[in-house]
Amino acid sequence: MSELKNIVKERLEKDADACLCLKNEEGTVLPVLICDVDSPDLDGVEIGDERYPLGKILIELQKEYPERRFAVFVRGCDERALIELAKLDQLDLDKVVMVGVACGAEQAEACGCSRPYPSEIAVGDKVEAAPDREFIEEVESLTEEERRELWRSHFSRCIKCYGCRNICPMCFCKECSLEDPHLVEPGLIPPEFPSFHIIRAMDMAGRCIDCGLCEEACPADIPLRSIYRKMQEVMEDKLDYRPGEDLESKNPLSFLGTETDIEKLEEVE
Amino acid sequence: MAEKKLDYRLTPSTCAYCGTGCGVLLESMNGRLTGTLPQKDHPVSKGALCIKGWNCHEFVHSKRRLTRPMIRKGDELVETDWDTAIKVVAEGLGKARDEHGPDYVGFFASARCTNEENYVLMKLARVVIGTNNVDHCARL
Repeated sequence: MSELKNIVKERLEKDADACLCLKNEEGTVLPVLICDVDSPDLDGVEIGDERYPLGKILIELQKEYPERRFAVFVRGCDERALIELAKLDQLDLDKVVMVGVACGAEQAEACGCSRPYPSEIAVGDKVEAAPDREFIEEVESLTEEERRELWRSHFSRCIKCYGCRNICPMCFCKECSLEDPHLVEPGLIPPEFPSFHIIRAMDMAGRCIDCGLCEEACPADIPLRSIYRKMQEVMEDKLDYRPGEDLESKNPLSFLGTETDIEKLEEVE
Repeated sequence: MAEKKLDYRLTPSTCAYCGTGCGVLLESMNGRLTGTLPQKDHPVSKGALCIKGWNCHEFVHSKRRLTRPMIRKGDELVETDWDTAIKVVAEGLGKARDEHGPDYVGFFASARCTNEENYVLMKLARVVIGTNNVDHCARL
C-alpha cells in the first residue's frame, strides 16, 4: 500500500494541487481528494474493488477550482470517460494528471470489460479480456416479439430512481430529457415502456464508454449495460467510432452530415 | 488574490428517509452539501439507491426548510423559541387528555427519525399520555 502512498505524494510534490483517488475509511472504500503530503488520508489510499464515477466528480472540481491541477487514479473505464468528457468540452485535460490503474484478471472478467486498462499503467499488470457478449447473443437469438417481451418484463421492475443517469460519468446535461414532462410523464412508475429507456439509450449513443456503473447502480437488476454496449457495437461497426478510445478521432454524432459517411447507417438493422 | 482552499469530501452516512438503512456518501464542497452518491460496498444497499436516497441531501439547504418552531395564531404561523413551543404542545396535549381521555390523542412517528427517537415517542404516547394511538408517517 505504501507504493500507492508514494505515487500520490510524488504527484502532489511534482505536478498536482490535489489527488482524487480512493481510500479505505474503517472498512468502507470511497473517493477522497487528498490535498497535501501530510494528509492523514494518505495512509488509507487503496485501489479497492469498487468503482465510482470519478469523471463526474472531476467535472464538479474543475468547475469550482478552475485553476487547480488534479491528479486522478484512472482505470481503463475512467480514462475513457475522461477522454470523452474532454471531447465534449466538459473537462480540461491539460489540468489533469492521470495515474493509470490496470484491473486485475478477476475484476476484468467479472466486469466483462473489453479494455480493463488505461493507455499508461502505473499500478497493476495489464490483462487482456474479451467483452462479455453472452446476454447480447441470447437476446439476438430471440424473435423481435420475444425481445420486446423480454425488455418489457425487465423494465416493468424500473422504480424510476434515475440511478442509471445519476451515476453515469457521461451524463452531465443541466436539463435532462428524462425530466421533461412532455417526454416523460411525471409520477408514472414504472415509466412508460419503451420510450423512457429509449430516450436514455439514444443519449448514450456515441457517448457510453461501457463502464457498467449504471447496471451496478440499478436496484431492479435491469441488464442496462448490454443495451448501451450493443449501441456501442453499432457505433463501431457503422461509424468506426469507440467513445473514449483516443483524443484525436472525432465523434461522428458531433458533426454528422459533414464529414461522416452516413450511407452505412442505412444498413443498421 | 489567494486561490480558494480546496475542500471536497465524501462523508459516509445512512439515508434517513426510511427504515431500510441504505448507505450513502454525502458530497460536500466548501462546507456545503452538494450531492449524494451510493456507497458501493454497503452491506444493505450494495451501491443502489431509490430516488429519495439519491436526493437525500436536498432538504438540508432548502429554502423551504423550517428552521425555527412556529405556533399557529389564528391564520398565521408565528416564529417562536423551543421552550415556548414545547410548553404550548404540552399544555394542548394535557388539556385534550384531561377533558376527553387519553385515546383522544394520537401520535405519528417519522421514518426520518432514528429508531431511538421513535421509541421515545412511543413511550410518551403509552406512558405519559396513556394511549396506544401510535402510527408512522408512511400511513398518513
